[in-house]
Amino acid sequence: MYATATSQLVVRRVRARTARSRETLIGVAMASPAVVLLLVFFLVPVLLAFGLAFTNARLISPRPARFVGVDNFVTLFGDSLFWASLRNTAYFAVVVVPVQAGLALILALLVNAKVRGTNFFRTVYFAPVVTSMVVISLLWRFIYQPDGLLNHLLSAVSFGHWQGTDWLNNPDTAMPAIMVMSIWQAVGFHMIVWLAGLQTIPRDLYEAAALDGASGWKTFANITWPGLRATRTFILITITIAALSLFTQISVMTQGGPLDRTTTVVFMAVRTGYEQQSTGYAAAVSLVFFVLVLTVSGVQRFLTRDKD
Amino acid sequence: MRTSLLQGGRALLVVVFAFPIVFMLISSFKPDAQIFADLSSLRAVLPVGELSLDNYRGVFERVPAGRFLVNSVLISVVTVALGILINSMAAFALSRMRWAGRRAVLAAIIATLIVPFETFALPLVWWVNKLPWLELHGFQLQLTEGWLDTYHVQVLPFLANAFSIYLFYQYFTSIPVELDEAARMDGAGWFAIYRRVVMPLSGPAIATVAILTFLPAWNSYLWPLMVVQSEDLRPVMVGIQYFFQLNVSWGQIMAYASMITVPVLVLFVAFQRAFIGSIAAAGVKG
Repeated sequence: MYATATSQLVVRRVRARTARSRETLIGVAMASPAVVLLLVFFLVPVLLAFGLAFTNARLISPRPARFVGVDNFVTLFGDSLFWASLRNTAYFAVVVVPVQAGLALILALLVNAKVRGTNFFRTVYFAPVVTSMVVISLLWRFIYQPDGLLNHLLSAVSFGHWQGTDWLNNPDTAMPAIMVMSIWQAVGFHMIVWLAGLQTIPRDLYEAAALDGASGWKTFANITWPGLRATRTFILITITIAALSLFTQISVMTQGGPLDRTTTVVFMAVRTGYEQQSTGYAAAVSLVFFVLVLTVSGVQRFLTRDKD
Repeated sequence: MRTSLLQGGRALLVVVFAFPIVFMLISSFKPDAQIFADLSSLRAVLPVGELSLDNYRGVFERVPAGRFLVNSVLISVVTVALGILINSMAAFALSRMRWAGRRAVLAAIIATLIVPFETFALPLVWWVNKLPWLELHGFQLQLTEGWLDTYHVQVLPFLANAFSIYLFYQYFTSIPVELDEAARMDGAGWFAIYRRVVMPLSGPAIATVAILTFLPAWNSYLWPLMVVQSEDLRPVMVGIQYFFQLNVSWGQIMAYASMITVPVLVLFVAFQRAFIGSIAAAGVKG
């Protein structure tokens, strides 16, 4: 009797073990397509960025890549185009990040106010977000050209005093023009994120504030703003990464010109790596870009951390 | 007073946001001379004057725009469908099954989210150019090297998506585990639980992932610009940039732009709730 009890226990244990190993097998099998694809198309190229940056690899070349040490970085740091790219990218990010985040918050507050037609307004503000950046860049090329919409509009409101300018070919206006368009395109996205954040703030906080007779501004400063802490960090970091990655607008609208005033780090990487086929050099540019993104978002995370 | 100010502000903003897109749609039906003549008045955004489909006809005469559209539809649909399958399966295995190493795998997947595509896009071009592929020639399989200028190079790198896995993972944890246990009592295997219990309950997560996969696939530009040369495989966004460089008329550009934008806008208006919900989900959980 004792023996049968033991054998039953053993059988149960073996069954449990086979069920467990089956679970492991099936679990690994179900996760593996995604994991393998991430290894091949994410991990390998990220490691390659590090490896290739120290070689003279070319996109299409009969000769194998050769190790060249830090040559690419020496060339890069002596390249005035690289410094121009870095400057332009920083200029774009420094202006776009706060302006876009701020406008998006204003839009969210406007849409969140209880008045009729909220749905309609939200839809319209969001429409540019689902439109491709390529289409928008082409459309705004028309708006910005010498005989385009903007000059006509400015001429009309100034009663003919506005002489007109070629916005995208003028070194002083090209980047600001791209900034305005970029903000116009993406602000609806961050409005929705702010809105989602606003909706997580408990309604009774506002009711209590209203009972205490708090003004609109006070309510915003003491309830809304602190309640948006997590949303704020997310918005700050996503806009910053998007701004540092500026490429499409440049590729469609200016090709880096006039006088290299709109060339950016990613645009330079694509130019050298794809058009000039210098993969090694482009990998070095990409690596610098990677460090830039990590540093900036790391600093932002540190500055917006919970201070309690 | 405050309310009317608010309404006024919101209405003004509607003009700012809608104007360029309405202008694009309206101009696509006008001859070039009229587009420019109408610029200095409100006629620019009104369907007045000589309206025709000439611009649309012109687009198809100059470039194989139909082919570009078919390519983009094909690439986006396959990316969305396979992406949902692969990422939800991984999320299922990570959230509902117990196996050694799953926590490490999940942490590694989430860590990839901080790396933007632009940082490894160029090494990736070099890498896919070295990858092998099996091709069927008649009845013979042939090993080829290099993925440049193919359909699969536009799909495969974008199937597995860390953010999609994360969204599915989040959603799956909200579905009670008791359902799995009940199904197991009835003799269902893990894959059956995934297919018959969890996925049918995950409509909102599927919709979110579908939208967040479709938009970048349809709008993709940087990647196909680098890896696709032949006209036969070109997607719409590279197609319109190429079309623009042929120095054609603005009316035709507007027609092409409308053709590739209106389907997305229609989808957006039809599934507005899901679209906006997916963005909000990205924000709150991201």
